[in-house]
Amino acid sequence: MAAVWQEVAPEGGLQDPVDHELALDDARLRSLYRLMALGRRVDRQAVNLTRQGALGVFASSHGQEAAQVGAVFALEENDWLFPSYRDTVGVFARGVDIVETLALFQGSWHCGFDPMRYRVAPLTTPLATQALHATGLAMAARLRHDPIVALTFIGDGAASEGDTHEAMNMASVYQAPVVFMIQNNQYAISVPVQLQMHTSSIALRAVGYGMPGVLVDGNDVLSVYGAAREAVERARHGGGPTLIEAVTYRMEGHTTADDQTRYRSAEEVDHWRERDPLARFLTVLREAGVADDDFLAGIETEGEAIAARMRDALYGAPAGDPCEMFDHVYATATPQLQAQRVTLERELAAAEATE
Amino acid sequence: MTITMAAALNTALRDAMRDDDTVIVYGEDVGRLGGVFRITDGLQAEWGSERCFDTPVAESGIVGTAIGMALYGLRPVVEMQFDGFSYPALDQVISHVAKYRNRTRGAVGLPIVIRIPYGGGIGAVEHHSESPEAYYAHTAGLTVVSPGSPGDAYALLRAAIEYVDPVIFLEPKRRYWQKEDVELPADGLPIGRALVRRVGTTATLIAYGPMVTTAMEAAEAATADGWDLEVVDVRTLSPLDTDTLAASVTKTGRAVVVHEAPRFAGYGAEIAATLSERVFGHLAAPVLRVTGFDIPYPPAKIERHYLPTADRILDAVAHTLEY
Repeated sequence: MAAVWQEVAPEGGLQDPVDHELALDDARLRSLYRLMALGRRVDRQAVNLTRQGALGVFASSHGQEAAQVGAVFALEENDWLFPSYRDTVGVFARGVDIVETLALFQGSWHCGFDPMRYRVAPLTTPLATQALHATGLAMAARLRHDPIVALTFIGDGAASEGDTHEAMNMASVYQAPVVFMIQNNQYAISVPVQLQMHTSSIALRAVGYGMPGVLVDGNDVLSVYGAAREAVERARHGGGPTLIEAVTYRMEGHTTADDQTRYRSAEEVDHWRERDPLARFLTVLREAGVADDDFLAGIETEGEAIAARMRDALYGAPAGDPCEMFDHVYATATPQLQAQRVTLERELAAAEATE
Repeated sequence: MTITMAAALNTALRDAMRDDDTVIVYGEDVGRLGGVFRITDGLQAEWGSERCFDTPVAESGIVGTAIGMALYGLRPVVEMQFDGFSYPALDQVISHVAKYRNRTRGAVGLPIVIRIPYGGGIGAVEHHSESPEAYYAHTAGLTVVSPGSPGDAYALLRAAIEYVDPVIFLEPKRRYWQKEDVELPADGLPIGRALVRRVGTTATLIAYGPMVTTAMEAAEAATADGWDLEVVDVRTLSPLDTDTLAASVTKTGRAVVVHEAPRFAGYGAEIAATLSERVFGHLAAPVLRVTGFDIPYPPAKIERHYLPTADRILDAVAHTLEY
């Protein structure tokens, strides 16, 4: 299977695209497509659940499935993923239960899964802060001489944050095994990337950090996977960090609360719809004889089952115990928190008595 | 033996690194130089550059990477070189260090110690004499401590490094060279407990960090007036040991809270409010505050007019007695 990406020359500038041959067997190719297709299905279900009020808000990954799944597919079991709030599909591809992931958007808790169990950090909303957590974990792995890699997703918007710079610089200084996967989806909410930076490519920054830089078509899953896999394995074998810019497009608004008609045209969105990552990959798989109708029907059935489970779990789900808000502030609740908990318990008991 | 607070802190770090190989120390200039105040002196030579290392000048980076280190199972002890340079890391501290256990519903605690030399009185240029304790104490999820003596500096730092949750460790830099006759390793009260440093009956002085010494000086001077002042060292700003404070003020009926930071919405307001809530009936006078003024920290040549003194404390005590 063919993959293509452009590397940043050490002295600056993008080198010509280079074709790479990927050693992925048919089962792995099907697995890659399955995760993308199921990811799109759970994403669509999450949008619908938001419209029905079951989720408070949701940041869709629609259009970015190749960038997220391709990158996650390059990780080994013991590696770590540090996602942002727009990486639900990537987190899904990593194996985290989708219902647990959506706790953040549901408002049932801030992070609904155990990060240690999945080696996935909580979805992070303060932009780029997670890039430093990934770098720190990678530094620790290197200090302990463990062959473990951290991959973090950063958006083009977050690429303007100071933490992105501090993370990349520190990762480079300590040759930390971390991969910075920048999904350039063209927008920081409403501001197009051309107004966020005066450069043709975020990948070019790699030169300044003294690390390999890669520019890849973020809607071509094989290329994303290939570039990520090379970066992950280089990091694992002592080669330090890599900056990858995956050029993609956010097909939905920033969140379900956004009105994208205020800042971009339907024509622009349609232009990218023709570059849909799932349709493109499916064409490749069909031409190679890897995907047939039975395979696709199986994914559809599986997707509907997951979507039904999401609806069952999330629609009309009750709020949790309000008193739990005191339970996890510290390992042991302080006397002050214990007293405040008693106050709330009394309020709740009184409210129940008057019902 | 007679030891400075700086040496006590250094010994605490050294002993912690000896006892637990997951303890690592990093920050700006903490390696070869041993820190601008020499608190980490010799640690890199003794434990190697994988256990004690210099970082780029990036405070958010230092704290943010400490989170990843703690996720991995290490116990990072990081240094903010000066109080005024701790602010770039506040996003990581407030958004993640303080909240990670809560965000993850108890699944992930972060055993991180963030050491910050703080406070004035050393003739420094601007941004080197700040007292940021209220920012940290106001942030749920943080444990905030500040030692008042060399022996307690050792005990508190050892306890902070062993702590299950993140600790903001505020070091009173003007007291780094103050000496105490104490044997190390020194035992101390656990985190979360205040210490009655001087037993008295006339009124209670409540202080922490650099002002503990000033409060003790005031109490000694007060004996000339026939006043027998009790001095309580808060030690742990969060969570506050209200029981020890309440017991002292119940006995004396009068309290003066002392800190270097500005008064308005400062930490002393929390203590005064807590005392009025808990022991109002025992108070013979309002709880008074002796604090810095509500100004940006002043230039070095006039800072002595800003910093609370024993005389200012005793004036406040007199007010409570005349009430």
